[in-house]
Amino acid sequence: MAGTKQNGTGKLAANGQNGYKVIGTRPVRPDGVDKVTGRAVYAADVQMTGLLHGFVLRSPHAHANIRSIDTSKAEALPGVRAVVTAADLPVAEDKIEDLGEGAINLKYLSDNILAHEKALYHGHAVAAVAAVNPHIAQEAAELIEVDYEPLPPVMTVDDALADDAPILLDTLRTDSMGEIGTEKSNLASFFRHQRGDLDAGFADAHLVVDRTYRTETVHQGYIEPHAATALYSADGQIIIWTSTQGSFAVRGQVCEILQIPVSRLKVVPTEIGGGFGGKINVYVEPVAVLLSRKAGHEPVKVVMSRADVLAATGPTSGSNVRVKIGVDANGKISAALAELYYEAGAYPGSPVGAAANVSLAPYAIDNLQVDGYDIVVNRPRSAAYRAPGGTNVAFAVESVVDELAEKLGMDPAEFRVLNGAKENDRRPDGLQYARIGQIETVEAIRDSEHYQSSLEGKYRGRGIASGYWNNWGGQSSATAVLNPDGTVNLNEASTDIGGTRASIAMQLAEAMDIEYEQVKARVVDTDTVSYNDVTGGSRTTFATGLAAYNLGQQLVKEMKDRLADQWDVGAGDVSYEDGVFSAGGESLPFVEAAGLVQREEPLMASSTVHPQDFGPGFSTQCVDVEVDPETGKITILRYTIAQDVGKAIHPSYVEGQMQGGVAQGIGWAINEEYIYDDEGHLLNASLLDYRMPTALDLPMIETILVEVPHPAHPYGVRGVGEVNIVPPAGAIANAVYNATGVRMDKLPISPANLLEAMWAREAEPAELVPGDD
Amino acid sequence: MQALEFVAPTTVDEAISALAAGGGRARPLSGGTDLIAQLQEGRLALDTVVDLKRIPDLMAISISGDGLTLGASASCHSINANQAIRDAYPALIDSTHLIGGTQIQGRASLGGNLCNSSPAADSIPNLIAHSVTCNIAGPNGSRSVAVEDFCTGPGRNVLESGEFLVSLDFPAPPPNFGAAYLRFIPRNEMDIAVVGAGASVVLSDDKSTIQSARVALGAVAPTPLYVEEAGAALAGQPVSEESLARAAELARAAARPISDMRGTIPQRKHLSAVLTQRALRIAIDRARGTKTVDELGRLNGHG
Repeated sequence: MAGTKQNGTGKLAANGQNGYKVIGTRPVRPDGVDKVTGRAVYAADVQMTGLLHGFVLRSPHAHANIRSIDTSKAEALPGVRAVVTAADLPVAEDKIEDLGEGAINLKYLSDNILAHEKALYHGHAVAAVAAVNPHIAQEAAELIEVDYEPLPPVMTVDDALADDAPILLDTLRTDSMGEIGTEKSNLASFFRHQRGDLDAGFADAHLVVDRTYRTETVHQGYIEPHAATALYSADGQIIIWTSTQGSFAVRGQVCEILQIPVSRLKVVPTEIGGGFGGKINVYVEPVAVLLSRKAGHEPVKVVMSRADVLAATGPTSGSNVRVKIGVDANGKISAALAELYYEAGAYPGSPVGAAANVSLAPYAIDNLQVDGYDIVVNRPRSAAYRAPGGTNVAFAVESVVDELAEKLGMDPAEFRVLNGAKENDRRPDGLQYARIGQIETVEAIRDSEHYQSSLEGKYRGRGIASGYWNNWGGQSSATAVLNPDGTVNLNEASTDIGGTRASIAMQLAEAMDIEYEQVKARVVDTDTVSYNDVTGGSRTTFATGLAAYNLGQQLVKEMKDRLADQWDVGAGDVSYEDGVFSAGGESLPFVEAAGLVQREEPLMASSTVHPQDFGPGFSTQCVDVEVDPETGKITILRYTIAQDVGKAIHPSYVEGQMQGGVAQGIGWAINEEYIYDDEGHLLNASLLDYRMPTALDLPMIETILVEVPHPAHPYGVRGVGEVNIVPPAGAIANAVYNATGVRMDKLPISPANLLEAMWAREAEPAELVPGDD
Repeated sequence: MQALEFVAPTTVDEAISALAAGGGRARPLSGGTDLIAQLQEGRLALDTVVDLKRIPDLMAISISGDGLTLGASASCHSINANQAIRDAYPALIDSTHLIGGTQIQGRASLGGNLCNSSPAADSIPNLIAHSVTCNIAGPNGSRSVAVEDFCTGPGRNVLESGEFLVSLDFPAPPPNFGAAYLRFIPRNEMDIAVVGAGASVVLSDDKSTIQSARVALGAVAPTPLYVEEAGAALAGQPVSEESLARAAELARAAARPISDMRGTIPQRKHLSAVLTQRALRIAIDRARGTKTVDELGRLNGHG
């Protein structure tokens, strides 16, 4: 195979290979010291003179009309400086804002900030208070009298699509492949991807497996709660300090919601304690601005509690997924059908579109159909979550693939090699692949020591699964200032979540043939560089890295031109090698040249990029589990992930992304779920009862970096942040089957759910029970 | 959360007066790992907290041939660090080591865990297995109750207005005594018990027969549940899986759980039997002097 492989965790040489000097090394991150010492400023750390504290009142009902809101008692409480409701928001239009990871209708966004006529989920914001301290703000919020008319809650796909289902949004009409319906509905949209002849493909099949799966709502689980501070100055200028994946996305949304020009708002990004897609939408930012204005232009900070975060931000969709796949006698897929029903939460916009592309992406299939349904329910409005929508559908597809391989008597890795997608094959929506590394990731797992090792013991099992993510290019802007001492200030606007200040600075250093330590990277505010898309879609090291590469090229070229003038030689005569400029017998190291070329005029460069040709990522993973047959509890014994990473700029951060995605995927697979009562109240809005994995729940996650360089990037970079979360649920479900003989058709595979499934299997007649080992 | 009065008496009598002065809006404070969280979350509103940790009797740990007396506010860490307790009552550490992390253990107390009276409390089935007696002080004098009679409902107990728990008396372990506490949680840390089981046995001198036994369950009833019939069924029986299985079945029958976000009725009934049997095995191993720390560690989340 063409790709190169690196076994993870410290096995790379100190110097990068392939002729690189900086790329492939593992330098210290620029934000490391401040984070280790606690000096780093996160959103809730922002302090300033005269700071007021906000508190948001939230709906106790899942679904209710708001008849009236009386804020008079709250306003009368000493210490209260402002109270706001939806009446303080401008009337929002039905206008679509593209946030990169998903387009949203601003009317819905505005309604989600502060409920207008209806509360659509337990925890929906309805009013907010600013006071001199957080305790008074909370006490005042409790004095606000909201007259609700509770309505029956609509909690699931099946509730929402029932004939007599209560309607969430009066104006919503189904968009069916561009055709707008006439009836009120909770089905926001329907689409279909189709190619080949599905009926013929199934008719030709030697074997067909057709199953339906259920997954529950889960949250991104970033550790830092949302927080924002806003100052609405008396002259109309506004500043927001916030934790966000995209300062420009905050600017865009807040300006649209509040109907103010972008020139009046500066967004200053703080350090961020995780986002995973959940810190793209705004929540408290517009509320803080409204409170600051109403409180007499004093700064107002609004910090969410953990319960607020779980109840009113994030989550990603629960779903019902049907997958039907047929294979011929040789194991080649002859036809595949997927039906995806995704719960969008209170407003349209589940990730079902992205999920449809993920669904069958790892496989070369001539006859396929994928149907997607976006459905509103009385849960928080769904937000992007790492490879949005992918984990749900991959759980279903990879379970069916495993069952097919078993029934064919084929090794599941060989099945995936036989059917694997490669260059010129097409994704479900028809997009044709350039060079991709799916098959290489399967081969890397198949040939790994892990997969080749034997797994002994009762109730132990092994499973594998593959996954795809599209990645993204997006728009990036950056500037670079050459300092006379030979260092470079790199100003960029991509929120650094996973070490991107380092990975972007490394590309600039490589492009300029200087040391990584000579580059000072920082993330700047929205007034300092031009537009920059969110850190999302696994795009940052790829696209902002491309901008940094361009900056390096520009600076070196300009230095050559100026030296040519100095040395009185032709512009093309100056060469630059190994950090030394030379021409016509003259030579000068970079550091000295940096001073010389700026004696007459300073030097800086700017770059804006919008690359369209981003490479997708694939991952194949292998897991060993042990199931306690008396309790249904799963222990993850061993986990190995192989991922096509293009080119690992900073291998430690690539490994960190892979391990992080798998850690989240394990949580999603085993324990995480939103639990509601019959009235739609969220019962587990705490990290005690919303069970993300702890360090004790995870093994060391082994990484295999498969490097199939992406041809459209100067260093071969592909996005690496997201695809890793796609396979875990499927891999674990397959391992659980291998361990117990039980095929789980729902997530999470919690002890209670697995125990019940094992009991149900024991109750089946013996001849229907598949083999134990 | 609003400001409240903080009183820190240094004698039991002062504490009685302080609680009386506060009326129904005063509560005793030990480690505060439950109380402060309840105040912050608005589940409880008070005018006064009476910190008991400066009263010597509440913090004392006294161990002798007659048994152990544990001040109600003594921290789990001070218990874990006490080698005499670890030697005489090793099973007690099963609870004190899994309540919270190290920092929480520096504050959390067994008395507080008992007075919070959660049906899922990780110490109470263990205290029942150890035949603990609760010593109570109050405006009408002192009294004692058996720990299995202490809790009366979720968050409720026998303490009358103005009363508080002073100490816990553990009888000296008889020869050939062993005990254990196990809980089931979906993760390996940071969870509330889906079911907990405490068990103790006294074996015959040749360690082949169970002379007496006690079994208690957590999280399967409105209070921690003393399953007297399971212990009675074991008395006089040979040490065997069959004996333990019978006791486990009685535990299953005694459990009357609810379904909630932490577990279902069938799961909890089933786990009542599984954990009873496993806890009894460990208690027997301890009585026989064989170690089973691996399984304990794995099940209780300290693997």
